[in-house]
Amino acid sequence: MHMNPATLQSLFFSTLVLFVLGALGSLMSQKKSNAANLIGNGIALIGSALGLMTGVSSLLWRTGFQTKLSSPLPLLSYTFTVDGLSALFISLISLIGLVSSLYAFGYVRHFEGKYNLGTLGFFYNIFLASMLLVVTSGNLLFFLVSWEIMSLASYFLVIYEHKDPSVVRAGTLYFIMTHAGTAFLTLAVLILAGATGSFDLAVIRQMSASIPDLTRLAIFVLTLIGLGTKSGIIPLHIWLPSAHPAAPTHVSALMSGVMIKTGIYMMVRLYMDVLPPGPVGWGFTVLGIGAVSSLLGVLYALTEHDIKKLLAFHSIENIGIILLGLGSAMIFDSLGMKSLAILGLTASLFHTVNHAIFKALLFMGAGAVISKTHTRNIEEYGGLIKRMPYTAGLFLIGSLAISAIPPFNGFASEWLTYQALFAGIRTLDTYMLWAFVAASGSLAFTGGLAAACFVKAFGTTFLARPRSTHAEHATEVPMTMRFAMGILAALTLLIGVFSSAISGTIFTSGFGWMERVQQTNAAYYQEPQFLALRDGFARLPMPGILSGLTITLLGIFILTKLFTGNRKIVVADTWDCGTTLTPRMEITATGFSRSIITIFKGILRPTKQVSIEYHDADMRYFTSSNEVKLGISDPYRSGIYRPVALMLMRLSGIIKKVQIGPVNTYVLYMFMALIILLVTLAIR
Amino acid sequence: MTPLLSPLLIGVVRKIKARMQNRQGASVFQPYLDLWKLFRKDETVSKDASWITAFAPYIVFTATLIIGASIPILGSASIPFISGDFLTIVYLLALGTFFLALAGMDAGGGFGGFGASREMTLAAITEGGLLFSFLPLALYAGSSDLETIAAAVSPLPSALVIPLALTFGAYVISMLSETARFPFDNPATHLELTMIHEAMLLEYSGKKLALMEWASANKFLLFLVLGANVFMPWTPSGISNSTDLVLVLLVTGLKVFALAAGVALLESSIAKFRFFRLPDLLFGSFILGVIAISFVV
Repeated sequence: MHMNPATLQSLFFSTLVLFVLGALGSLMSQKKSNAANLIGNGIALIGSALGLMTGVSSLLWRTGFQTKLSSPLPLLSYTFTVDGLSALFISLISLIGLVSSLYAFGYVRHFEGKYNLGTLGFFYNIFLASMLLVVTSGNLLFFLVSWEIMSLASYFLVIYEHKDPSVVRAGTLYFIMTHAGTAFLTLAVLILAGATGSFDLAVIRQMSASIPDLTRLAIFVLTLIGLGTKSGIIPLHIWLPSAHPAAPTHVSALMSGVMIKTGIYMMVRLYMDVLPPGPVGWGFTVLGIGAVSSLLGVLYALTEHDIKKLLAFHSIENIGIILLGLGSAMIFDSLGMKSLAILGLTASLFHTVNHAIFKALLFMGAGAVISKTHTRNIEEYGGLIKRMPYTAGLFLIGSLAISAIPPFNGFASEWLTYQALFAGIRTLDTYMLWAFVAASGSLAFTGGLAAACFVKAFGTTFLARPRSTHAEHATEVPMTMRFAMGILAALTLLIGVFSSAISGTIFTSGFGWMERVQQTNAAYYQEPQFLALRDGFARLPMPGILSGLTITLLGIFILTKLFTGNRKIVVADTWDCGTTLTPRMEITATGFSRSIITIFKGILRPTKQVSIEYHDADMRYFTSSNEVKLGISDPYRSGIYRPVALMLMRLSGIIKKVQIGPVNTYVLYMFMALIILLVTLAIR
Repeated sequence: MTPLLSPLLIGVVRKIKARMQNRQGASVFQPYLDLWKLFRKDETVSKDASWITAFAPYIVFTATLIIGASIPILGSASIPFISGDFLTIVYLLALGTFFLALAGMDAGGGFGGFGASREMTLAAITEGGLLFSFLPLALYAGSSDLETIAAAVSPLPSALVIPLALTFGAYVISMLSETARFPFDNPATHLELTMIHEAMLLEYSGKKLALMEWASANKFLLFLVLGANVFMPWTPSGISNSTDLVLVLLVTGLKVFALAAGVALLESSIAKFRFFRLPDLLFGSFILGVIAISFVV
């Protein structure tokens, strides 16, 4: 069967129509929460399935399409362009959308009676549709509009549990940050349109060579800030660790898994496709941001004991890893090393896909635990592996994948990222080489620290004895939620094992764009059994690793069983040194990561507040209460955001003086403005 | 191959240490008897433990076997069964460490938890040093495959002397950390304030303890063999007849023995470091690797 553009196009538009129907349907059925749940999530599920079909068949048959809905008003004329890159992101958004909607059936039930499921379904569907619009818009104005719909829809989803003041606070921070980002983007789009005379990406691509260097630099900086805010690069990340936890879990999975990736999409689109290769400095900037974000992201994650915040910080870390790949691709691109640029880009996009899958899985696992224990504090979990065995097993798979442990998918894309960085060390010289060495170093430490963090997260959540009554009485989550997580867990393994085929598909997403690299051979090639570099530097046989592990594991298991099968197993207490072992004696998440925090105290700057109250102020022997607060300082708020906020307040204070109240004054202002305008016109 | 010889190596190191302390020491084959004894014993399992405890020993043991099959063991002549890629090896090591640490936390005892915390702290920082001890040699050899690296290092070209010395230093530091040796951990202690590896195994008994102990012996052997074949020159390659085989066995055996003796000597002459001094050592290992890169590019 061959997929022709017209079929693809109708598939895509039916997806969009379905999302709109789902949004309206769930809004109309808001009086009955069951119906709203069924309609809102059911239609989103079907829509995502159609979207997945669109994206995947577009990738497989390498067909794209372009649709123009023109009207005399530029604001209302839309261009949809679907090429390989868009198809990849359509597939990704739809895949996570599909699984999240499945998960939502069971998950949103605990909102019944407390919150309106109709509005949840409305914004959820709009959110899904808007993300698809963002990655398919062929016109920058249309892109900005979709971007804004996406931001607003996600804002309303973040503040869904609006009775909790902390949720509203998190939402407000998100609202401010995302709009600051959009402001930068809008400025960049206007400059770009001013320099090329068009909002249309295809026109801009043709004209882009004629944009002056300084203008291009301005566009680069502005878009990097604007898109970086959405992706959560450090130091623009401050909204992310509070907004992602505040949203309902299936939305957090989408936000962390795919929404922040729309920023990555646009970076790839602009820096690798629309704009001509910039100076190497651009690539090094992105590489540097990636190195800093990945290392700091994982360090901050280690200090967290709010499970969703911990995962949110890991999103920052993984965005960093993605940017390491993208940064190296940009550097190779500007140096004219096309085949290596493809390597870096593939690594980056591959990690984008993988991170979406395991991060959605982890968020869903965390959501399952939260829905049963009613807290996000991992210190109050413990022993859940016996009470929620499926969730535990699936969360473990996600943890292994995100810690880049073979044979799961995280390892495959980190391996490819390493190869891109090593290629930089091997081919470049002087300062460029050392930048790549530093980037590889940060990736090496990031991997190890991520493993430590997930031993902590999994261990304190699921192992040992419960530390609260809620945890003690937790039960397994409904079938739909387990099934949704199961799909993602299976995908982490499948993508890991078939990483060569998958990265090959990602490589073909270069059709229809990336003209400047697609004629070249990539620096790597893939066989069914392995993924390898063309110059023979390295080879990764994932199927071999999996089969080796499985066969050996089974072999050892059977051998041990054969030789020692008749040994008795006595169940007894844990060694307690003669005291009674209470859950308070287990290691806590804080205790677990304290040594790493102490080692990195130069970066993390841990804080400690001790407050002790004594029974008797004179005789300080008997304490009545003893409180120790451990935390880390937040240099971003105190160093960047507070000064900026103060400056804005001061500026507004000055501007306020113009606004004195009487209407006559304002009429005078308008009159003066009119005269100035007329005078300038007359002079010109 | 690996699991058959690894207990012997542990026995040899213990024997050397005993002799240095003017003791007779147990026979070098004692570790085999220990394992045999453990395999025949019944087990006691904590009632708080889950399937992680039951499953982890098999995974930890498997990981060491897979690594053993992937690295050049007999000179540089073995056929990599899966992949000799050093990144894969390092991350397979992480698989074992991950489950070891989880098993430590599983029973909910204080010791296991702190052991796991310390182990993951050290493992996280060691990973950088370990990767960067391989990287300069891989850059020199133009391949990340350990066998190819071993073959390139073997004739000891003069350009490689300094970087090889540096990476050897980096590797030894990472090795001592990964294999729970002095000055990182004391393999003989059960003192709660200091132990790392033993603390995680505290709840194990019987055959699962045997598997864990055996796995850690395997890991020690693997690290010594890697040290001998990749980071030391004169690695014979190409086994065509039985004389070659004897030669290869002899040379590799001698080098591994020399390294083992070095470890024993180190353990007899220095004390364990304070925990928060260890990161300095590990960052040192990473920096040695970085310096070595400047010599090979």
